[in-house]
Amino acid sequence: MITQPEKLELLQGTLDLLVLRTLILGEQHGQGIARAIQQTSGQELLVEHGALYPALQRLEDRGWVAARWGLSQNNRRARFYGLTAKGRKRLAEETTKWRRLSGAIGRVLEAGGE
Amino acid sequence: MAWRLRRKRRAEDFRAELEAHVDLESELLRERGMGEAGARRAARRTVGNLTRIQERFYESGHWMAGEALWRDLKLALRGLRAAPSFTLAAVATLAVAIGANAVVFAALNAVVRHPLPVPQARSLFVLQPHPDNTSLEESYPDYLAFRDHNRSFDGLAAFSITQVGLEAGGQAAPVWVEEVSGNYFDVLRLQPARGRLLRASDEHGFNSAPEVVISYSFWTTRFHQDPAVVGRVVRFNRHPLTIIGVAPRGFAGTIMFFSPQFFVPLVDEEWFEGANRLQQRAEVSALFVGGIGHLKAGMSQAAAVADLNAIGATLDRSYPKIEQPYSFALRLPGLYGDFLGRPVHGFLAALQLLAALTLLAACLNLASLFAARVTDRQRELALRVALGAGGWRVMRLLWSEAVLVALLGGGIGLGGAVLLLRWLRAWQPFPQFPISIPIRPDAAVYLFALSLALLAGLLFGAGAVARALRSDPYQVIKSGKGVERERLSGTRQWLLAGQLAACALLVTASFVAVRGLVRSLQANYGFNPTGALLVQVDLTTMAGYAGARVPTVQKRLLDSVRSNPAVSAASLADWLPLGMEGWKDQPVFRGHATDLRPSRQAADATVLKISPGYFQAAETPLLAGRDLAETDDATAPRVAVVNQEFARKLFGSLGRATGEEFKLEDGTRVEVVGVAADGKYNSLTEAPQPAMFLPLRQWPVGETWMLVRSPRPPGEVSAAVMSALHGLDPELPFFAEPWSTAMNGALFPARLAAVALGILGAMGALLSITGIFGAAAYAVSRRRRELGIRLALGAGSREVLEASLGPALRVLVLGAGTGLLLGLLTARLLAYVVYQATPNDPLVLAGAVAAMLLVGLIATWVPARRALAIDPLQLLREE
Repeated sequence: MITQPEKLELLQGTLDLLVLRTLILGEQHGQGIARAIQQTSGQELLVEHGALYPALQRLEDRGWVAARWGLSQNNRRARFYGLTAKGRKRLAEETTKWRRLSGAIGRVLEAGGE
Repeated sequence: MAWRLRRKRRAEDFRAELEAHVDLESELLRERGMGEAGARRAARRTVGNLTRIQERFYESGHWMAGEALWRDLKLALRGLRAAPSFTLAAVATLAVAIGANAVVFAALNAVVRHPLPVPQARSLFVLQPHPDNTSLEESYPDYLAFRDHNRSFDGLAAFSITQVGLEAGGQAAPVWVEEVSGNYFDVLRLQPARGRLLRASDEHGFNSAPEVVISYSFWTTRFHQDPAVVGRVVRFNRHPLTIIGVAPRGFAGTIMFFSPQFFVPLVDEEWFEGANRLQQRAEVSALFVGGIGHLKAGMSQAAAVADLNAIGATLDRSYPKIEQPYSFALRLPGLYGDFLGRPVHGFLAALQLLAALTLLAACLNLASLFAARVTDRQRELALRVALGAGGWRVMRLLWSEAVLVALLGGGIGLGGAVLLLRWLRAWQPFPQFPISIPIRPDAAVYLFALSLALLAGLLFGAGAVARALRSDPYQVIKSGKGVERERLSGTRQWLLAGQLAACALLVTASFVAVRGLVRSLQANYGFNPTGALLVQVDLTTMAGYAGARVPTVQKRLLDSVRSNPAVSAASLADWLPLGMEGWKDQPVFRGHATDLRPSRQAADATVLKISPGYFQAAETPLLAGRDLAETDDATAPRVAVVNQEFARKLFGSLGRATGEEFKLEDGTRVEVVGVAADGKYNSLTEAPQPAMFLPLRQWPVGETWMLVRSPRPPGEVSAAVMSALHGLDPELPFFAEPWSTAMNGALFPARLAAVALGILGAMGALLSITGIFGAAAYAVSRRRRELGIRLALGAGSREVLEASLGPALRVLVLGAGTGLLLGLLTARLLAYVVYQATPNDPLVLAGAVAAMLLVGLIATWVPARRALAIDPLQLLREE
């Protein structure tokens, strides 16, 4: 497959966090989630759509998101995902963890740059 | 992976979601101005490999683990059905190899883990008093000392085995009984199936307990579980005793493989064996008993041994004896200490090793057979990989096939093992001994067979999986040459040749054994067992006749049998050649000898004490002189008939023997009145032995065999003889069987050798077939392209076969040739077991060669047909 090298590949495990973050704005279907991530990241992040669905399934299995079939804006059938209470809690935890991690990495990188 | 009972989401639902995604995405792209077809293509591309994603969905646990397994199995089953010859060879080989392992393991399991079916058997031990003399023998007074003074056991019981005459309901027959101490059943913690069992309180000194317990199996076979048997009075050797109860079901005494019909009080020994030997402590004639008991809780074996040795040392000081001093060891019950235990354990361990090696060889052979199959399927496997099946998926596919084959084979093998053990449990090799082989397969055996099957499957699948993973799908599809070229490796070639050699060796040996067996069935024993009936007549111990009455009763019995017109000859003998009673010989000296020490003997002669008419009844030719006569009685001079070998050894020749004299070790002079033909006495394979026949009237013996010859069928004669004998004394116990049946004992080693070698030979042949089959099939699969090209260039079937099967056939010829040669050389060893076993027999040689040819033909049949069926055109089109 041809990939666009300028886009960033997602770090392992960060897709879950991004999906949860996107869903805090309300219910969304898979394609919508993918597009939303791409847009809000300023087209920087590449979400391989194919990888998204197994990830959604995983989140659903863990009870962080709930799913139902519904209709899209254009009246197309789609499977909509919404955040559960457990998912919200998880999002908070993951966000904190991510901030600490990225902060730490940033500090290390800056220290190395001097 | 969690095992879900219900899948949460269907695969179709997941698929629908993916399709919805493609729709939404393409709609978006269209809105941005893309063309209809281009938008759809681009949308599809954003999703990536759809199959791959769905695969991940299946594997993420949404698909039940059981369902995935089922899918694997279905796929494997389909694969196997497409290759019947491979499946048949693999399943048959594994069935035999795993079945053999299961049978041997079941025997080991029974002997080591469940020697006796009694509660808490783990703490049960028998006492082995001497390290060298390995049977469990201590005299009764010594047993009492150990029983009363030890502080290590929860009671010590004693047991001994003997044969007695049972009379019940007007029928008399010999039965085997276990003489047991009063505390026996309590020590073993057994409960009666009916009535009550013997108790210590039943004993009040010698000959005081007129009670017996019947075994469950004898109660079933002889009395059809009649509840009225409890309380009935039966007579043992004419002594009335009451059956007070039935021993628990499944309990067959304290010696494995031997199931006594009654349990009788040891204190009544005199009633059962004719003499009370219970008071004797040191003499050789003392009754020796085995001791058995539960070790007390928390007591170590070493402490118990020390305790017993201390008591033994006191006994040794107080009562010096012929035996060595006591030095105890504790042994598992069931096999009479090391006496049977050591050989049985050794034999089973050796068998288990052999079985394990067989399975290993089977796995090696199947590995190459399986490799051939993988080579054939390269294209299919490469396609699967190209279509998105991961390495794990291919591995699972191949392994599930191997494991399925192994489980099928293991299941069939286990089934066969269970049937074989059931047959063994019912097997009665010798009618006069209540032998039983109570080996029951239990959970451990099933588990063992199952694990072996799984292990075997993983093992022989591993090579193929490794090969498949090494191959490059791209290369395979492009050129069909994904697997690196590999020759039949040197090690494997040697292994295969070794197997073939072993197989040919076994096949040759089994042919030699079978031929020898056939010859010994037609051999000249010096007597003719066909058409003769044997009746065991024990007048002294079982019937209580004594002294001068014995010869009178014997004469009356013989007269009444002889009066039957169907009987052509009848005679009594105290011992029969080739019977199962062990050796009976004594030293003889020349007539003028004065030094009668055993070292000065002229010969060691087998002795038979017979009544007149023996030579007609046995059909032993009398070559010179006369038969013994009624007039050769206690008042007449001592006389004997001797055999040719005896005459040759003592008198130089047959003609000179009649009228000569020789001496017995007590100095008695005996005159030779006749010379009979030589015969076999102790074993079929022995060299000619000197033998002498003494008149029963001059050397009275009460325990004899009556030999009845008649042209009528044995069953008919048996009935007539029995009724005649019962007419004389209704309580006389008899055991009658055709002489040829009794001879089974003598032929048993030869039979066993033939059967064992036959089984091993068949297993070897099966292994060889899969080995050659595997090697040949692999060679053909690997060289299909080459063979196709050869065919296209005009090679005939001869060349194709030579090119494809040549290496395998060379291994076959080399291995089989070596094996045949070895077989012919080692056949001489067989001569010790099997009468007239000789390799210099054209039939044996031809049979062995034919068998090996057959093995080669079966093994190469399928690969050869496949090699010939190669169509060069199709091959060219494929590539």
